Amino acid sequence: MGTTASQLRKDLLSEYQELTFLTKQEIILAHKRFSELLSKEDRNIPTPRVPMEKVLSLPELKSNPFRKRICHVFSTSDMKDGSLTFEDFLDLLSAFSDSATLEIKSHYAFRIFDFDDDGTLDGGDLEKLVNCLTGETDDTRLTTEEMRQLISNILEESDIDKDGTVNLSEFQHVISRSPDFVSSFKIVL
Amino acid sequence: AKEKERKKERDRKRRRNVARRASSARKQGNELEDRPGREERRGRKKRDKEGKGKGGEDERQEEVKNDTVAKTQKNFSNENTRKLEQKEVEVVGEEDGDTEEKRKNGRSEKGGKKEDNGRGETVEKKQKKKRVETSEEHESSEEEEDEEEKVGEEKPEVLSPEELEKLKEEVDERKKLISTLRGKPWPMRKKLLTLRESHEFVEKYEGALGKGKSRKLYAYKVMMLKKWMKFQRDFENFKTACVPWEMKIKEIESHFGSSVASYFIFLRWMYGINMILFGLTFGLVMVPEALMGRPYGSMPRKTVPRADEANAMDFAVLWDFGGYAQYSVLFYGYYNSQRAIGWLKFRMPLSYFLVGVGTVAYSYMVVIRTMARNANEDGGGDNNSFNFSWKMFTSWDYLIGNPETADNKFASITTSFKEAILEEQESRKDDNIHLTRFLRVLANFLVLCCLAGSGYLIYFVVRRSQKFALEGLESHSWWERNEVNMVMSLLGMFCPMLFDVISALENYHPRIALQWQLGRIFALFLGNLYTFIIALMDEINLKREEEEVLKLNMTIWEASLYNGTLGANSTAPPITVHPADIPRGPCWETMVGQEFVRLIVSDTMTTYITLLIGDFLRAVLVRFLNYCWCWDLEAGFPSYSEFDVSGNVLGLIFNQGMIWMGAFYAPCLPALNVLRLHVSMYLQCWAVMCCNVPQERVFKASGSNNFYMAMLLVILFLSTLPAIYTIVTIPPSFDCGPFSGKSRMFDVIQETLESDFPAWFGKVFSYASNPGLVLPFLLLMVLAIYYLQSTSKSYKQANLELKKKLQTQNEENKKKTKMAALKAAMDLEEAQKARSEAPRQQRKNNASQQSYTGEKNTVTGHLVSSFVFVYPPAPRGHRIPGPLPGNQWQPAPSVQRVPNSQRH
Repeated sequence: MGTTASQLRKDLLSEYQELTFLTKQEIILAHKRFSELLSKEDRNIPTPRVPMEKVLSLPELKSNPFRKRICHVFSTSDMKDGSLTFEDFLDLLSAFSDSATLEIKSHYAFRIFDFDDDGTLDGGDLEKLVNCLTGETDDTRLTTEEMRQLISNILEESDIDKDGTVNLSEFQHVISRSPDFVSSFKIVL
Repeated sequence: AKEKERKKERDRKRRRNVARRASSARKQGNELEDRPGREERRGRKKRDKEGKGKGGEDERQEEVKNDTVAKTQKNFSNENTRKLEQKEVEVVGEEDGDTEEKRKNGRSEKGGKKEDNGRGETVEKKQKKKRVETSEEHESSEEEEDEEEKVGEEKPEVLSPEELEKLKEEVDERKKLISTLRGKPWPMRKKLLTLRESHEFVEKYEGALGKGKSRKLYAYKVMMLKKWMKFQRDFENFKTACVPWEMKIKEIESHFGSSVASYFIFLRWMYGINMILFGLTFGLVMVPEALMGRPYGSMPRKTVPRADEANAMDFAVLWDFGGYAQYSVLFYGYYNSQRAIGWLKFRMPLSYFLVGVGTVAYSYMVVIRTMARNANEDGGGDNNSFNFSWKMFTSWDYLIGNPETADNKFASITTSFKEAILEEQESRKDDNIHLTRFLRVLANFLVLCCLAGSGYLIYFVVRRSQKFALEGLESHSWWERNEVNMVMSLLGMFCPMLFDVISALENYHPRIALQWQLGRIFALFLGNLYTFIIALMDEINLKREEEEVLKLNMTIWEASLYNGTLGANSTAPPITVHPADIPRGPCWETMVGQEFVRLIVSDTMTTYITLLIGDFLRAVLVRFLNYCWCWDLEAGFPSYSEFDVSGNVLGLIFNQGMIWMGAFYAPCLPALNVLRLHVSMYLQCWAVMCCNVPQERVFKASGSNNFYMAMLLVILFLSTLPAIYTIVTIPPSFDCGPFSGKSRMFDVIQETLESDFPAWFGKVFSYASNPGLVLPFLLLMVLAIYYLQSTSKSYKQANLELKKKLQTQNEENKKKTKMAALKAAMDLEEAQKARSEAPRQQRKNNASQQSYTGEKNTVTGHLVSSFVFVYPPAPRGHRIPGPLPGNQWQPAPSVQRVPNSQRH
């Protein structure tokens, strides 16, 4: 790879700076990391895509329970395979960066948690979310009774219009009052 | 000629169109969204399409996705326009790129509009003129302008004010869009295109906003603004590049989560503060004295006494900061009381005093400012109303990149869920509350015993060391000489462990337990420090008594010297005694400074050694002995150590407290501390990464940030108290330090006022410091504080009130929704019916509109396409009878959109 291929065009770099919450160094670093993920034959294509499996192998995402969802949300691929272009990758890092606003963070968080992509968090989404958070092993899983209780409690709190689901504005309402969402919704390269 | 005229006409249209496009862009912010499609499509494509009939449209739609639908429809709307386009393409060619394309787009729109709406020719002309006048781009092509003038009638070459206003608004809007673009949850491609488009627009029309002469100025201003923005961005980049250890901390953050990283961020912050303190003392006190003050050996206070000369260079002595180290710029005693030194006439004593005050004042300022900022940031945490949702939505720490930490996090989240559910189920059904109470009381009693014991131990040790000191240090062993520091360090090491064991009795929630633990360690350290200071005060008093005796002896000695020389030879010059032989006072200030420096050094050493033994050696043993041991060392008893965030933070805070206390008497302390922090940054980073395991209970850091700051503030206050007390009440030594010969240290201010400032200034100052003026001022301040506090209280009250109101409103809304449930069900049915009709209707609309209005169709297309582009709204939006409170984003079903577009 070397340094020659990892050069970003200067005007593009400044535009990326204007469009993301990243600094110049972070963009360059992101580009370096991204080019490392590319396979040899992909490098000559103008806008190469990195398949999801490769993105997931990044140490920053490796142990994240939402890694697949993150890829799917930020992917602009038509095939819905979660593959990322460099620009998608920048979008991801920008949303997860230190200086991103609460609005954009909560927007993407909502889409990450919305497992079936239907625009609301319903019972099924919440159940999957709990399962993600409690890990894969059986001893940390919640029982069905506990799960039912938990989900009903959550809906009790956040479902303001009582339609049985949490929509984006309700979600943002809840999130915006949380003291540590912004500080924990971060990924840095 | 005909061709030429045609071209001209085209040009004119083109320009007018660009302007109109701008206004239409404002009309529908969504229009921007269909840009990608346009940009991708090139002139060639259009040319190809010419021959094809309507059948080609469907293909193309598939090709360029829904957002370009509008555009294609538009293209087909007017055959004439297309022909024109075709010609244009041939003439100009494709090399123009984006701008060319844009113009083309504009033209096609315009073509439709012109023919259909039958706009007057004069209006067009006028607009064309304006364009010529305003857009700088076109100014250059004078040829064109001439031609146009021939054709059109003469019109005033200025924009009407309202149009100017409009344009201005648009440009401002675009600018706003550019600045907020990064906060939009769009994919990058779209953002990029929007950005380029907006930049182009702004660039083009910015010049139009000024008139005549002021235009140039305006353009210049805009250019400078752009440059300034770029500079700011570069500066921001530079600033982040300058932050030290960023990568190290990020690495730790990804392995251990944010709480461990918060310690290192705190350490870095401390390092920054100490750098500034160091800069102050080094630049304004140590360097001037070393460079411009009298050299070493010129006077008694700058010379090692004769008795100590033999071993003044021994390492053991230097390590204790005796010998040459004691008689150097490192300590208070070395400084001369000469009012001005060197060719700069540097006011040394004044500078010394002001730097001492300045370091404390600066520290206060920084700590309080940081606290205020932190308080602002996490202000308004709505407690407990979203307990479960927060646990669910915000408990994952996305920074975790280490599988082991992730496992721990899974476990802790699960337990927190289970705990919360249990709590909810049987809200506090505590069976043996008496036992818990008893255990808690017992635990506190034990902790109090520990504290009292450690306090007594220190007092005892300090007293003993004073006895040793009176007897002479040489006759005692190393342990006896370093007893005080060692005992303090050992207590600081073992007592927290003891507290940890005791706190297991109490059975608190871990977060509360952590705070108790921190509070106890804090009390322990504070007690130890204050015992130390009290013992030190005793010693100061002893030294001062010694000094009194010595002063008396001094006069006798001088007299005898004088008499002796006088007696021997009255004409000979007085014998010069070597400064090393002159008797001198004990200089209690240097003694205090030395004590603090020794304390810091031994504290640093214990920290490093515990790190090496407790963490590194333990890790090595566990790792390698595990192969030949009878139980699993890694999982079983010794295991690897965890990183103790709270203990380390407290250690740092107390270390800083000692710096603040001792810095006045030992100017070298900040320098030492900078060194210490620098080393511990690297050492601890390494130790954490190589021999610690992630905490079992992973806490998030944000909550405790201000807690640490508050402790720092308390320590700062408590450590400045004794320093100020000694400065104000105890007279300085008579023969050492910058204030020798004065009755109080702060007399240096008065002296400066009298001799360096004009007389009136001194007078004003003396009036100002008159109790008659100071007391009312103090009273005023107290009143102001009282007033501010009461207003803030009332604000809090109002805040609470509002919150309550909001809650009741929410409840009402809930009731309303229940009431509306039946109605909603009916609505749903209706909506479903409507929805099934909607696509049909829409299709019909599109078809009919296509045939006559290109532009209108575009609008529909924009709306529809943007609608698809936005995150899909809830289909169950129909059921919501009204907008939610505080709902900025209302799901608007496509059914409602259709009539909207028809209205245009």
